[in-house]
Amino acid sequence: MRNIWTIAKREYDQYFISPVAYVVAFAILLTTGVLFAINFYYYSQNAFQGFGAGAPDFTPIAGTFVFLLVLSAPALTMRLISDEARMGTLELLLTAPLRDHELVIGKWLGAMLYILSLLVITLVYPIVTSRFVTPGIDWNVVLTSYLGMILVAGVFLALGTAISAMFTNQVTAFFVTLALFITLWWLVGFPGQVISGDSARLFEYLDMKTHFYGALDAGIINLSDIVYYLSLIALGLFTGTAAVEMRRWK
Amino acid sequence: MIQVNGLIKDYGTRRALDNITFDANQGEIVGFLGPNGAGKTTTMRILTGYMPPTGGEAIVAGYDVVEESLEVRKRVGYLPETVPLYNDMTALDYLTFMAELRQLPNAQDRAWETLELVDLDERANSYIGNFSKGMRQRVGLAQALLHRPEVIILDEPTIGLDPAQVVEVRSLIREIGRDRTVLFSTHILSEAQQICDRVLIINKGKIVAEDTPENLQSRVLGAERILVRVRGDADGLDKVIKEVRGTRKVTVKDEAVVEFELTAGQDVRPQVAKSVVEAGYELIEMRPVGMSLEEIFLELTEEKPAAKRS
Repeated sequence: MRNIWTIAKREYDQYFISPVAYVVAFAILLTTGVLFAINFYYYSQNAFQGFGAGAPDFTPIAGTFVFLLVLSAPALTMRLISDEARMGTLELLLTAPLRDHELVIGKWLGAMLYILSLLVITLVYPIVTSRFVTPGIDWNVVLTSYLGMILVAGVFLALGTAISAMFTNQVTAFFVTLALFITLWWLVGFPGQVISGDSARLFEYLDMKTHFYGALDAGIINLSDIVYYLSLIALGLFTGTAAVEMRRWK
Repeated sequence: MIQVNGLIKDYGTRRALDNITFDANQGEIVGFLGPNGAGKTTTMRILTGYMPPTGGEAIVAGYDVVEESLEVRKRVGYLPETVPLYNDMTALDYLTFMAELRQLPNAQDRAWETLELVDLDERANSYIGNFSKGMRQRVGLAQALLHRPEVIILDEPTIGLDPAQVVEVRSLIREIGRDRTVLFSTHILSEAQQICDRVLIINKGKIVAEDTPENLQSRVLGAERILVRVRGDADGLDKVIKEVRGTRKVTVKDEAVVEFELTAGQDVRPQVAKSVVEAGYELIEMRPVGMSLEEIFLELTEEKPAAKRS
């Protein structure tokens, strides 16, 4: 456990000296910030004019955040292990008294802490909204949305870490990770729309976004959604550990 | 401290290590000598728990490298050939990180002490990316010494250093080898002779000789190579030299130069000179040439396979 924390802490610090992490933070915070401002302005105009079109909603911000993760998480995970292999420091870590899974979980946790830091900053949106809306916003939706964002980030980062462990070139790792995320987020659901029966339901279940949109971002917690995301996180971390172990045999 | 028994490593169909057996005791500095691709790094990687062998066993500090890999890794300090450093960290942060990973108490204090040991304490807060090659090597060594390991394994620790730095690193190795087991690889024969108590020569995945530096030196000198240069064309000169008893391995180097070896204990240079002149050649040079390391390996692999330690 202590080893995982040591690795995670170094990885987390590493993000703050990496230009990629700043670009990702800038893109995510700018987009969600602009969205929040427009949303807030739109609803406040309506309220002033007496239309009473309801309160601004957190859903679009959460939805945009996870959408941006599809594109930016590969940039956050691409170098996690591939760069250690390229620099030769993987040899250092693999000959230190550190288990392979501790290395992989530590790397993943470091990236998670970075995303959690971004999520903490986005808390400002619901807090500000809540102050201006009477009688306040629906915090259940906000909380389940955050749970959803954390789980989606957990999946992306775990799968990205695993792919990073398979390659020595981080650009290759980036594109393979991106292709996987696009498949899981958009492509895998398509067969479910054309065919019918049990196999259609299987594709729907595999579709990552169906477990978020209209579910966690709408204040609904389904056990099957949570199990789905946790399974993918476990799969990513397991595959990553296997990939590191494979490197020892090469 | 290190016991290696019948170690085998295959990379696909290529056999990198072929039944290697040796040992190293406490307080002993063992040099691992061999040309590139001989299997030095592979052996070291197996001993440090980086990769498992295909066959055979290796016991380091009393633990099996496969079954008790973590215990081995706790007790071994390892400096790989490519010094594994994070350029964006300071020397102190890097060593503190490694000390934390090794779960040493007072990680930062230990990092400081080790930086003092390798004489880098004044640059503790400088970024490793700005270090010279010699300083990087010393940070790498510090990393290997951080936990005061029982066994230290260094892969080509002096490669790429300037002469002053080489001397420095060699004396450091001698210093740390007083009460620990040090296994270090090199392809420089004289380096092995200077530092080691014992030298293992490895070629093509096999140990071809295991001896003290002194014995090794005398064996190498026993096979002295002589160069003969004549004016004009040396056509047929090799045949003339071959006919002199006590010569062997006569090879034509270029149109005016022929080299041969003296059979150990027989200095037949006067006879060779006489024959060459009598055959009508104009002898202008005859001198011993130092054997290159590759030639020594060739010599040892061809003539004395797996010579035993005396």
